[in-house]
Amino acid sequence: MSKDIRIKKGLDIKLIGEAEKATENAIISNSYSIRPEDFHSIIPKLVAKEGTRVKAGETLFYNKDNEAMKFVSPVSGEITEVQRGPRRRIDAIKIVADKEQTYVDYGKFDLSSDAEKIKAHLLATGCWSFIKQRPYDVIANANSKPKAIFVSGYASAPLAADLDFTLAGKEAELQAAVTVLSKLTDGSVHVSVGQNSNSPLANLNNTTTHKVSGPHPSGNVGTLINKVSPINKGETVWTVNAQDLVIIGELLLTGKFNAERIVALAGSSVKKPRYFKTKIGSEIATMVYDNGVERDSNDRIISGNVLTGKQVGPDGFLDYYSNVISVIPEGDDYELFGWNKPIFNKISTSRALTFSWLNPKKKYDLNTNTNGEHRAFVTTGTYEEVFPLDIYPMQILKACMYKDLDEMEALGMYEVAPEDFALTEFVCVSKQPHQKIIREGLDLMLKEIG
Amino acid sequence: MGLKSNLHNFKEKNKDKKWIPAFNAIHTFLYLPNETTHGGTHIKAADDLKRTMNTVIMALVPCLIFGMFNAGYQHYLAQGLIESADGFLGASFWTWDNFVIGLWKVLPLVIISYGVGLAVEFVFAIIKGHEVEEGYLVTGMLVPLIVPVDIPLWMLAVAVIFGVVIGKEVFGGTGMNILNPALTIRAFLFFAYPTWMSGDKVWVHGAVERAGTPDAISGETILGSLAQNNGTLGYDIWDMFWGIIPGSVGETSKFLIIIGALFLIFTKVGSWRIIISTLIGALSMGLIFNGVINAGWVGESSKFFGLMSVPFWQHLIIGSILFGAVYMATDPVTASQTNKGKWIYGFLIGFISIMIRVFNPAYPEGVFLAILLMNVFAPTIDHYVIKANVKRRMKRVKVKTA
Repeated sequence: MSKDIRIKKGLDIKLIGEAEKATENAIISNSYSIRPEDFHSIIPKLVAKEGTRVKAGETLFYNKDNEAMKFVSPVSGEITEVQRGPRRRIDAIKIVADKEQTYVDYGKFDLSSDAEKIKAHLLATGCWSFIKQRPYDVIANANSKPKAIFVSGYASAPLAADLDFTLAGKEAELQAAVTVLSKLTDGSVHVSVGQNSNSPLANLNNTTTHKVSGPHPSGNVGTLINKVSPINKGETVWTVNAQDLVIIGELLLTGKFNAERIVALAGSSVKKPRYFKTKIGSEIATMVYDNGVERDSNDRIISGNVLTGKQVGPDGFLDYYSNVISVIPEGDDYELFGWNKPIFNKISTSRALTFSWLNPKKKYDLNTNTNGEHRAFVTTGTYEEVFPLDIYPMQILKACMYKDLDEMEALGMYEVAPEDFALTEFVCVSKQPHQKIIREGLDLMLKEIG
Repeated sequence: MGLKSNLHNFKEKNKDKKWIPAFNAIHTFLYLPNETTHGGTHIKAADDLKRTMNTVIMALVPCLIFGMFNAGYQHYLAQGLIESADGFLGASFWTWDNFVIGLWKVLPLVIISYGVGLAVEFVFAIIKGHEVEEGYLVTGMLVPLIVPVDIPLWMLAVAVIFGVVIGKEVFGGTGMNILNPALTIRAFLFFAYPTWMSGDKVWVHGAVERAGTPDAISGETILGSLAQNNGTLGYDIWDMFWGIIPGSVGETSKFLIIIGALFLIFTKVGSWRIIISTLIGALSMGLIFNGVINAGWVGESSKFFGLMSVPFWQHLIIGSILFGAVYMATDPVTASQTNKGKWIYGFLIGFISIMIRVFNPAYPEGVFLAILLMNVFAPTIDHYVIKANVKRRMKRVKVKTA
């Protein structure tokens, strides 16, 4: 079954440095790091203390609120350090990998098991961490029953890894994962693929496929949900990243938690943008310096894409959910009369002496400058042009800022995740931090309403 | 070490000082700041508030320059020293003499408006410890364009202080105000000094001081004359369109306002929805009044006859409705913020403007009152527009449970 979803509102941000479709094996990283902050709102209870040896797939910590929910190590090795922040919060768990990788054997899983067994298996093997839920954009509550599960197989974000390429040849794993997931919901597993793609996700059984087209955020899972079956009060949907289905699938088929992932190294600062095969939590440095960036260059390295990713140092680590590393120049310099001169080398949705409308196909080399100072909300109508959901973006942002729970609920807070507001944040004339505002709003609702 | 690094070092050295927002305001006029993104998106679009405001100012500059020429032209014309210009490029209009008079009269208005207004902004920014916001850049340009040319400077200064403090700063500054600050200033002038701001003397430079002397000249506007059933003072439609008529400094040339409007719409800075719907609103009210006249309900003896019988489309080129629709009603902070709301908001502005114009002959220009009124109602309009979205969401739940 296939349905077409076409959106008009949005903005394709075309940047220089798209990854070339050639995969290299990254230099095997010595140390790996798992950061509990990647799992928003989870309070970790540490199992593996400093100095213990773990196998790949062995539990590192579990969720304080649900002991069954384990978080596992991507590699086998020795835990050398547990970095702690204020109030003994766990910041990172560092693992030095063994030369020879050993895996915990969870056994081949019977794909025809019932929902309870599936849940227990996914929770125990650490695969549950890949399943997120909306409302609140957090790891799914294992006791909830989603009305549907959504997977986006089309990456429309700037410099995103091409999922058709990274998932090629993984049909068996993808099929196993969706077969199992489809038993956890009364509805169906909705999968989106690009209009003209030959995605391995397009021909899976037990799914509803949607062909999406249009500018970014057509590939965001939030857009898919809103167009297929918007979330109402009291309902839950789950979302899984397409690349994480592969890990779930492989675990089900072989019993091994294989954290391998194909990651795009992209961005205008990278000499030779391309794909790497690496593992969750590996050192960024193993990828960015080889034909990548200069050692002392003034660049920003982002684990994730340029709209939603996290800033990391060159000594940082790939985060748990990302499949792209973006490197763009820092913009910490002044620009003479930058606020009134005609601008040809930056993207803008207006035409106020900005000329990106002349040449919509051009690729840009954007840096991290904010292009202006933070201000109160002034202009109206700009967000709506890039926001395809049936929600009033400015009003919901303001509701979050003044913490009116009733209004946030009425305006559609259950349906959104911070990433849905990445484009409105990009075009914001007042340079307001939209994603942060939404995240804090969601956290408040989670705390107050739950 | 260039200017750039000197300024940077100065900023870093003094970043804890209380007056640093004042320095930053000037610094950021020279240089786009070196601020980088943290958290959230790592890249940002090219536009900032300064650029947006600057675009509006650029759209206003032709009106300002035209206003200078017109001030001088009207001054000489009223004294009978020059012939009336024929059309927009008339020989007696674009002359150096006209410009010099206009410059001497209008430039002080601009300087006072910006000087006083920005001083207030700087003081509030320093007191509250935030950056100087750009809102006044446009307001400061609008104010000289919507006052009579002979307004005393002290009066303007008082009004600007009132308008910025009461109209904007008490609400929390740019982005928080309910009323359009430029119109608040205009309204203050109108209600505090009514003898100055209306009547038939103030619209041409020199008319006031000559009143009652043998050299007396008329300083009346077409609108004022129409309101008293005296016809259009001999100006024809093209005069009104090109703008070579008496009026507030910058709002007479409909031609240049339309150019400005096209520029604002093209740059996506001004809302075409508001501009178009305001014009539709004005035309509809005009049509209704024309209908009333045609039906014979209001006779020639009525004091409303003069303005009611103006063909409906001519309302757009008389008075300052066009200026109001393009530059005032579109202020994003005080207008409706939803796209549907903008249609309603604009339509009502146009509609009410013409209504006030016809029914209030003592002061026939109703645009600024209409916009201020709709500023107050804009949040209400938005409320109902958003309610429709909320209802749609509620309905989804009901369909589900039913």
